[in-house]
Amino acid sequence: MAGESNGAGVFGSSIRRREDPELITGRAKYTDDLQLPNTAYCTILRSDYAHAKINGIDASEAEALDGVIAVYTASDIADSGVPGGIPVGWLLPDMVIPEHFMLAKDTTRYVGDGVAIVVAEDQYTAHDALELIYVDYDPRDGVADPKKATEDGAPLVHDEAPNNIAFDWEIGDKEMTDAAFANAAHVASLDIVNNRLIPNAMEPRAALADYNSITGELTLYMTTQNPHIHRLLISLASLGLPEHKIRVIAPEVGGGFGSKIHHYADEAIAAWASMQTGRPVKWTATRTETYLTDAHGRDHVTHAEMAMDADGKFTGLRVDTYAAMGAYLSTFAPAVPTYLYGTLMSGEYDLPAIYCHVYGVFTHTVPVDAYRGAGRPEATFVVERLVDEAARVSGIDPAEIRRRNFVAPDNFPFQTQVALAYDSGNYEGALDKALETIGYDDFRNEQAAAREQGKYLGIGLSTYIEACGLAPSAVVGSLGAQAGQWESAVVRVHATGKVTVYSGCSGHGQGHETTYAQIVASALGVPYEDIDVIEGDSGVMPHGWGTYGSRSAATGGSAIASAAEKVVDKARTIAAHLLEAAEEDLEFEDGNFFVKGSPDQAQSLPDVALQAYLAHNLPKGIEPALEATSFYDPENFVFPFGTHIAVVEVCANTGHVELQRYLAVDDVGNVINPMIVDGQVHGGIAQGVGQSLYETAVYDEGANLLSGTMLDYAVPKAHFLPSFETDRTVTPCPHNPLGVKGVGEAGTIASPAAVVNAVVDALSPFGVAHIDMPVTSEKVWNAINN
Amino acid sequence: MYPSKFDYHRPSSVQEAVQILSGNPDAKVLAGGHSLIPVMKLRLAAPAALVDIGRIGALQGISRSNGSLRIGACVTYHEIANSADVQAAAPALAEAAGQIGDRQVRYRGTIGGNLSHADPASDLPAAALALGATLHVTGPGGSRSVSASDFFVDLMMTALQPDEILTGVEVPVAQAGTGSAYAKWEHPASGYALCGAAAVVTRGAGGSCTGASLCFNGVSSTAVAATEVAAGLVGSDLSDAAIDSAVGNLSIPDATGDMFASAGYRQELAKVMGARALRTARDRA
Ligand SMILES: Cc1cc2nc3c(=O)[nH]c(=O)nc-3n(C[C@H](O)[C@H](O)[C@H](O)COP(=O)(O)OP(=O)(O)OC[C@H]3O[C@@H](n4cnc5c(N)ncnc54)[C@H](O)[C@@H]3O)c2cc1C
Repeated sequence: MAGESNGAGVFGSSIRRREDPELITGRAKYTDDLQLPNTAYCTILRSDYAHAKINGIDASEAEALDGVIAVYTASDIADSGVPGGIPVGWLLPDMVIPEHFMLAKDTTRYVGDGVAIVVAEDQYTAHDALELIYVDYDPRDGVADPKKATEDGAPLVHDEAPNNIAFDWEIGDKEMTDAAFANAAHVASLDIVNNRLIPNAMEPRAALADYNSITGELTLYMTTQNPHIHRLLISLASLGLPEHKIRVIAPEVGGGFGSKIHHYADEAIAAWASMQTGRPVKWTATRTETYLTDAHGRDHVTHAEMAMDADGKFTGLRVDTYAAMGAYLSTFAPAVPTYLYGTLMSGEYDLPAIYCHVYGVFTHTVPVDAYRGAGRPEATFVVERLVDEAARVSGIDPAEIRRRNFVAPDNFPFQTQVALAYDSGNYEGALDKALETIGYDDFRNEQAAAREQGKYLGIGLSTYIEACGLAPSAVVGSLGAQAGQWESAVVRVHATGKVTVYSGCSGHGQGHETTYAQIVASALGVPYEDIDVIEGDSGVMPHGWGTYGSRSAATGGSAIASAAEKVVDKARTIAAHLLEAAEEDLEFEDGNFFVKGSPDQAQSLPDVALQAYLAHNLPKGIEPALEATSFYDPENFVFPFGTHIAVVEVCANTGHVELQRYLAVDDVGNVINPMIVDGQVHGGIAQGVGQSLYETAVYDEGANLLSGTMLDYAVPKAHFLPSFETDRTVTPCPHNPLGVKGVGEAGTIASPAAVVNAVVDALSPFGVAHIDMPVTSEKVWNAINN
Repeated sequence: MYPSKFDYHRPSSVQEAVQILSGNPDAKVLAGGHSLIPVMKLRLAAPAALVDIGRIGALQGISRSNGSLRIGACVTYHEIANSADVQAAAPALAEAAGQIGDRQVRYRGTIGGNLSHADPASDLPAAALALGATLHVTGPGGSRSVSASDFFVDLMMTALQPDEILTGVEVPVAQAGTGSAYAKWEHPASGYALCGAAAVVTRGAGGSCTGASLCFNGVSSTAVAATEVAAGLVGSDLSDAAIDSAVGNLSIPDATGDMFASAGYRQELAKVMGARALRTARDRA
């Protein structure tokens, strides 16, 4: 696409991703590809028991193995004087915060909990040695189900948390909501299990740590979505090294979906081992370890009810949820089933009364934390399933009941009953477009005709809202975040007019190098090819908060846009001086400054840049060079929304669900690169379809993970999916400079409800009201036959 | 995913391979490696030595003679699925091989490895059983032949001795009036057969069924033959109704289940898949 990409028209065009040639030819370097001289390799022995006391560890045989440098246990870490903690970064009132140490001290609390560390000369020896460490376990009962874990007598994960309750949280108005139910004409109610998911980023987590004992500097290459957060937490809680002596670098990162936000023990262990041995130390998770240690997602048990009047107007929503936290509180875990969940319960609806109560529950399982969508898919599933159930019990068509209850387009900003204030929206617009594209009315006829012939077609709507780009920092802080949610950017114009952009976000597959360059090309009017984007190195760019929560365009992109604006302002001052004109008389078009009416006498941005660097002739008081830094703290969340529709055919003989069509009409505001946005939507839908039809992490009664490999955990494959149809409406975000919202999570948020609604619709002749995810053929078959 | 240490041998003849095996009780044959290497990486198996039979010429190739098709143990699924001979002589086998895993797996995995591994969810055992395949085996004491019905003993257990090598598989060429087919229900996670049905039917001069065989993968600990269904079909007109009524009697007493499909549900699926395979086989007969 070289040459076609000059200046202002670049924003909004489907430029191909510049990062792809390296990625698809295998040239890109991931953490595990990096080689440092004299590297030692680290492996971690993990508990085979969900819950056990450790009576003792005998590592003598492992230590004696040729090539083993050292074997360490928790007491070695404690004795080394480092803090050794793995902290939680989101605090809720009265939350029980158990100690979480880098290795289990005397109790293991999930299968996968770290027990000992081996450092060896090579990977093979490091793995061999694990088999020679003998741990004397005293196994105890474990519990994996978040609701059962709260029952009296359930095995305790932490003695200090009675009934395994980590927190008891609520939002909304209980009395008002109860009153709405007392006066309801109809009530829809559902019991829902939101299935536990395993993220399955394609690249397993890895770390290469290089501690220099002379300078006291630690360089840590790692698979991270947010290098600065990891630097901060490793400094403060894990290793106690001064923050400025730690440099965290994210090389190419192969997907995250949230799993590489969190601060785990393993990367800190590699760094600590480097400090102990004086050598670079590499740790790379096996696929088994990604299943046993990457924070899982979802895992809710919920009872939800919707109250309606006689016309199907919603009058109240009541939700009661048990949300698994797993064995410890992971980095942002407490926020997920609370401020990212309860606050979404109004959906796209003008709901006058809402009450949502959540127990955060410890279980003997891998910790649960943000996974693509984080709380919002769970909330959307509750709301959108309940809306369909409301349609069913009231006899109103699912599209019509939504229409009757939407927040009207002239009702924005709209204050929900659960804290959020939606700034903009046009829900009917997206619904209409989607219904028309899918041919909703015709479909209903086709469906009726097909049923006559024993064919069961179903259609499912999901009219979703998403709150992403968490902000502003003060609000997020007041809700418990131990982090800011602004973002940083540096736009540096070099003397030759070429540009380097630094962002505090940290992409791992999203295409930031392309989209950020598009933003800057449009803002500065310089060719797209002349702009480079650099992310993911805490030693290079200002502090940033990273990439997750669909924030990179809305918050990171806005920071870049405002830094670019500062650059243009400074360049304008210099250009005015060079042109001997007043600043207000200058136009700036396609990268040229000129006096209105005389475009032939122009100073281009590269001309100005050169003068800025030479500094021979600058206006008074203007510093040399041409670059600007911005720290952008948004005013509000952004609120993407849309309508997704799934069409399925269910085979009555086998229960097989065939997803025939999937349409997404999303409103993500202004679009920087339509192809990349489509890619995000496609990937999100695939993951959401995965949750709804295939994926589930299964623990047995004793809290052993049964779905511990890809042989048992069903990530969707391309041939399971139809070709998705995507479309958009555009309601720009009113409060950020680009008018953009977020798109990374929309597909995962909307699609589970669309798919399950479609299946339940197909099964309506059998009187089926609900099927829990994943909707396997067997569950469908049972629903038809029982 | 790092296996334990092992020695590696690459013999150039079956004789040499057998010799190495008999001298190393902890050695294992390596063919396509697509079952063995994963279990070694998971450290569920730690053979002291691997005997790579991939370069032995005698184990390659598909040939047809005297009413039978001989397929070398190291022939890959890709070769089998795309062989005109196999497609014509034993369509069920070509169909089963063509539905295994993905392209990479089909380029590496071998018929010998698939049958020797005897994974209950593998695709080829049912096809071999239904087609009445004969398996040729060589050990230190010489060569012997084993019928497919004697070969699969139990979950991942076959009639092979540790120092024996499966050298080839012989399948009768379908005669006029005989058709075969394989129908697979893919496990959503592994892609293996959650239920795979291999059917062979023969029609007599009048069109009625003179012989039938219906075998399944994925539903119990080994490939199983549904003899009651086959018996019910013989003499019938092989109409859809006759097939449906015969599979209605299907019962797999030791059916197994997992998180995705219980034993009971697999039985129901087996009826549907069995009928599908039988109908296609009939249409080919
Ligand atoms: C991603 C993936 C998907 C797959 N999907 C499917 C599927 O859908 N259906 C399916 O059926 N299979 C599937 N498989 C398994 C695949 O078919 C294997 O190739 C097969 O099970 C083993 O054949 P191999 O040639 O790879 O044998 P190897 O892995 O080399 O050996 C397997 C076992 O057989 C022994 N062995 C091999 N050859 C001989 C011989 N000639 N004589 C004696 N012993 C021998 C070995 O010692 C070993 O114990 C899949 C595998 C992978 C990795």
